[in-house]
Amino acid sequence: MSGRLLVATRKGLFTVGEARGTWSVLDSAFLGDNVSMILPLPDGTVIAALDHGHFGVKLHRSRDSGTTWDIRPAPAFPPKPEDVEDLDPTRGTSIPWVVQRVWALERDHRTGTLWCGTIPGGLFRSFDEGDTWQLVESLWHEPKRKEWFGGGADLPGIHSVCLDPRRAERVVVGVSCGGVWVTEDDGRTWACRAHGMRANYMPPERAFDPHIQDPHRVVQCRAQPEVFWAAHHNGIFVSTDDVGSWTEVTTAKPSAFGFTVAVHPTDPDTAWFVPAMSDERRVPVDGRVVVSRTRDGGATFEVLDRGLPQSHAYDIAYRHALDIDASGSTLAFGTTTGSLWTSDDQGDSWIAVSTHLPPIYAVRFVDGE
Amino acid sequence: MPRVAFTPNLQRHVVCPPCEVQGDTVRRALNRVFERYPDVETYVLDDQGALRTHVVVFINGRQMTDRTSLSDAVGPDSEIYVMQALSGG
Repeated sequence: MSGRLLVATRKGLFTVGEARGTWSVLDSAFLGDNVSMILPLPDGTVIAALDHGHFGVKLHRSRDSGTTWDIRPAPAFPPKPEDVEDLDPTRGTSIPWVVQRVWALERDHRTGTLWCGTIPGGLFRSFDEGDTWQLVESLWHEPKRKEWFGGGADLPGIHSVCLDPRRAERVVVGVSCGGVWVTEDDGRTWACRAHGMRANYMPPERAFDPHIQDPHRVVQCRAQPEVFWAAHHNGIFVSTDDVGSWTEVTTAKPSAFGFTVAVHPTDPDTAWFVPAMSDERRVPVDGRVVVSRTRDGGATFEVLDRGLPQSHAYDIAYRHALDIDASGSTLAFGTTTGSLWTSDDQGDSWIAVSTHLPPIYAVRFVDGE
Repeated sequence: MPRVAFTPNLQRHVVCPPCEVQGDTVRRALNRVFERYPDVETYVLDDQGALRTHVVVFINGRQMTDRTSLSDAVGPDSEIYVMQALSGG
């Protein structure tokens, strides 16, 4: 059983701990501030991304598991050349070269490199534990990047960064909206790999265009890293060939719509989702909060509701608000209405840690690699 | 010398006491402030060096107009107030 969980919310960062089988909120930091993303590391380092709205995006780093914090430079875009035109294809307005939200934070534990995805769609790296950041220019200047458009936000963004456990040079990123991109050469070149994904929000002739897909969240199985799962704007997709192709999973109950997904660390056929009705109506089906789980690669799904509210409940779990610990037995998810649940039996049953936290953006277990 | 003061909303996040600095434009005056208090800069200016979308600057009660270059003139007796715009929520 894992012992600690960090919860990033609209109004602060909360530490949740487990003692004798009971999870409870232990501490808070940045109370009142918007914490968009959190990255806890095994050595006690924690990186928190704040969005102050008026005063911009900030990164804070703790070396003592969140007891004290130092502000560190946040990723920032280089000066935009005056002769560069960079227009949002949907609205025709200029894409600001200004980081507006940190939407993904990961660390490659082999190299120590930190990766950061942002809105607008920048990918940044830090080789010095967050003291400085460099834009991955190859992706930013990729011509197809200019076809990306906003999904869930006015501007496009990178929300998922999957660091391949086999080779540090291979990284997969998920973009809303811009598909799934992979580099095989440590970020020198990139290719879009969203073949098979389907977009109902586009005209039929472009429904399978890889570059306009909206994977809400992309996760990779650690033990069998050729398997990826995606919670997509139009359903659930799975890839078993290293994102060479994606297959739509249509068997999910009670709905295939949702923002988040978790895959078991060692069993690639087992994945969890927190479904909502549909794109048009983003509330739980019938006002019942449930988690759906497949154990057979998407052939069938179980609907897990033990311990979850089953009447007039309107909790929605965002992209990063579901996590599984390294052992694969304990899960947690948080919602837009400030509910946080944990499960120590792979989702069979859930226990509410709190139902009155601020809106939750991200939950992450502090268990390492 | 121009006097620069910051909204209490910003002082909650970063040390930025009122100060008197050299400078004949908002940009030059603020740059002097940032020399003393480097952490303040990214709270006020964005990645491109422009005033953040939801920050406003007043010069003697008049709103600054050049939000990109911050070239508005200031005099030795100017009072520069860096505030947060209500548009930001």
